[in-house]
This record gives sequence, C-alpha cells and structure tokens, in this order.
Amino acid sequence: MTTLMRLQHVNYQVGDKLILNDINLAVPAQAQLTVTGPSGGGKSTLLRLMAGMISKTSGDLQFDGQPIESYEPTWYRRQVSYCFQQPTLFGKTVADNLAFPYQIRKLPMDQQHVEAALDYVGLSASLLTEAIDDLSGGERQRVALIRNILFLPKILLLDEVTAGLDADNKAIIHRWLTHLNRDRQVTTIMITHDAEEIQAAQQLVQVMNGQLEV
Amino acid sequence: MNLAVNNTSLFLAAFLVLVALTISLWQKLGLDRDIVIGVVRAVIQLFVVGYVLKYIFRVNHFWLTLAMIMFIIFNAAWNAKKRGDGIDHALPISFVVIFVSTGVTLGVLVLSGAIRFIPSQMIPISGMIASNAMVAIGLAYRSLKTQFHDQRQGVLERLALGAGLMDASIAIVREAIRTGMAPTIDSAKTVGLVSLPGMMSGLIFAGVDPVRAIKYQIMVTFMLMSATSLGAIIACYLAYRNFYNAKKQLK
Repeated sequence: MTTLMRLQHVNYQVGDKLILNDINLAVPAQAQLTVTGPSGGGKSTLLRLMAGMISKTSGDLQFDGQPIESYEPTWYRRQVSYCFQQPTLFGKTVADNLAFPYQIRKLPMDQQHVEAALDYVGLSASLLTEAIDDLSGGERQRVALIRNILFLPKILLLDEVTAGLDADNKAIIHRWLTHLNRDRQVTTIMITHDAEEIQAAQQLVQVMNGQLEV
Repeated sequence: MNLAVNNTSLFLAAFLVLVALTISLWQKLGLDRDIVIGVVRAVIQLFVVGYVLKYIFRVNHFWLTLAMIMFIIFNAAWNAKKRGDGIDHALPISFVVIFVSTGVTLGVLVLSGAIRFIPSQMIPISGMIASNAMVAIGLAYRSLKTQFHDQRQGVLERLALGAGLMDASIAIVREAIRTGMAPTIDSAKTVGLVSLPGMMSGLIFAGVDPVRAIKYQIMVTFMLMSATSLGAIIACYLAYRNFYNAKKQLK
C-alpha cells in the first residue's frame, strides 16, 4: 500500500513551547487512522498541520510523495480536507452551505448530488431551505461534513466530529465514514475520545504531551 | 460681506472651551489635558494654514497647488494608517487609496466644470474629499480587523474547505466596505434636514443666495459618495490579503 501522508521528525513550536515533538507517522492510502490522547496533548495541532492550516516549525511533512509546501495551498486543502469539531455554518440556509464548495470552484450547485449526499446521512432534501439556526446539533454536524465531501478529498481529517452527538447521529456518521473509506477510497484520520470509536479503530495512535505513541 | 469675526469676538468665544473643561473636571472625565492640547493645536494649525493658504492663493501656481494637495493626501493617509494599526503596509495602502479616490473625484469635478483648477477651489475641495475618504478607510480598516478577529473560525473553515483568500474573506470585505460608506450615505439622507453642511453653511454665511449654495452642497454630496465608496472598496481589497501569510494561512 502506498504511503499517502508521511511525517518525519515533525516539530511544532509556539514561542518557547513545543506543542508537537518529533512526530513520525506514515499514513497509507485508504487507511482509517484513529488518533486519541488527552486534551491539550497536541492532537488537533497535528491535524491542522496535516491540513496545511498551520505550518510545522521543522521536520518533513509529505503528501503523495512531495513536501506539502510544494503544493498550492488551496489545491492542497481540497485534497486534504479538515472537519472541525464545532463547525460554523455559513450564510442563512443549509443550501448556502452546500453551495459553497461549488461556489469556490466556480461551478453551479449540483442539486442531485447534494440531495444524494443529504439522503445518505439521513437528511431530507427539504432541509436545503431550512435556516441554519433551526438545525439540531447532529444536523449541523452532518451538513458541515457534507461540505467537506461534495468533492471527494483524498484524506478527510476529522477533529472529534462525533463529540456531543447522540448514539443515532454517531451511528449515521460512522456508517457514512466507513462507506467513504471502503467504497470511495477516502483515507480518514479521526481524532476521538469516544471509547467505542477507539475500540473499533483499525489503526490507533495516541498523542500525549506532543509526542506520538503507536 | 456678512463676516464679522474679529480677534475680540474670538477671544470671548474662547470662553466656550471653559464649558468643556468644566464638564471634564466636574465629571472627572480626565479629558482636561486633551481639551487644552486640542484647542491649542487647533488654533495654531488653523492660523498656520490660514497664512499658508493666503500665500498659495496669491501666487496661484500649478505645482504649488498640487504639492499642497499631496500634503493633504499624505496627512489623511497617515491618519487612516493609525486606524489600520496591525494591518501590514497600512500607510502605503492608505496613501494609494486616498490618492486614487481624491484624484478620480477631483478629476471628474474639474473636467465637468463644477470647479476650476485654482488653489482657492482645489485645496478646500481636496481637503473635504481626502478627509471623508480617510474616515471611510479608517472605519473599513477597523471593521476588517474586528471581523477577522470575531469570525476567525468561519474564515478558517472556508480555508479548510479549499476556498481561496477572496472566497474566504468576501463576506468580511463586503461588510467592511459597507461600514466605510455608511456615514456618507446616512448623511446624504439627512442633509439639509438635520444639519446644514459646511460647504453650504459657509456660502450662506458669506452672503450667497441659499439656492445657489445648495448647488455646491449637492456637488459635495456627489463627490463624497464617490470618494468614500472608492476609498472603502480599494482599501478593503488591498488590505484583506494582509490578514493571511504567504501560505494562505490566517495570521
């Protein structure tokens, strides 16, 4: 299996504080990697580095065999897509959010594709005109996740996206992530504190005090 | 001429400053020092400007008039820059913006025959345009800074979805332009109803027929619309990129 993302001796420092310390990790294509560890240990920072939202202080971070700095940042973030724990929805309606990935690619929204995606996560097409303020927590998270996959990335970085959701919502998201991974070849890297998700992990790493333990 | 202000009447009017000073001391506002400095500065600046303008008007020289306009533009840019504290290159951006918005607006006024290229018309009008552009830019800068701070999460999410810098910032940029233009639009709506603005008041004071005076005020309303909208839009478009680094990450 080819390595899609590789980190070698990666450090991330803010001022004098070393947030990530000598991280070495190889993520094979189509892997399902679960990242866990105590709060403040550096998990989110690790994912944000991988997403190109922040830059490492030193070390080597490669995507598809090339240093990530060699890619155009916008293009890269469409390949390695980061999903936030508590997403902000844009505009006024659900449609405003799902049109956004099309808008930034200067394309008209593909209604059928959007409705199919909504349907897959158990949301009705009528939700498109719904005001974002009227959505439940689980609906918000699902709408936010759809934004990330309307154009499939190579890697989906998920930062505790199921935290605070009920069992039904979690189950929907798990089923969907498995589908993306298995059927659509999307590599997923997911941060979680959830015991069941840790139990079900295919490949588990732990980030503690800025260091990675496999 | 109806004008009757003399040194004695000015001196007596200066007692009005005591009203502000008394309020500051009585209410413990701590503004007394600023009031004194402000008043002294205003008096000195205006006296100097009065004599400088008198000289410039008398010699009526093309390059001297232009130099005075550039001086006004630079000062306006310097002041706008202070509002843009924390935005990289705020001074050159402000200078370019005020130069363009003042230049375009003045150009239209001169070419349309609304004003003539003589110092007594060009300099006061440039001052009005530049100062309004300055305020518009200052408001736009402040709005950009506040929004990039308050909406940080939203901007990060747009970037994470693969948005370019413009797509990630457009909502903020639009709001900042709106904020910059709002005072001019608001005052255009109430002009003549709430206040008789400076241009018109000045002419009426000097004994000009109010019906003629309003024509100048209408011209001022038009030119300020142009100056503030140009100022706000150019400033926002030039400044928003400075909130990101070369790797298209939010600073």
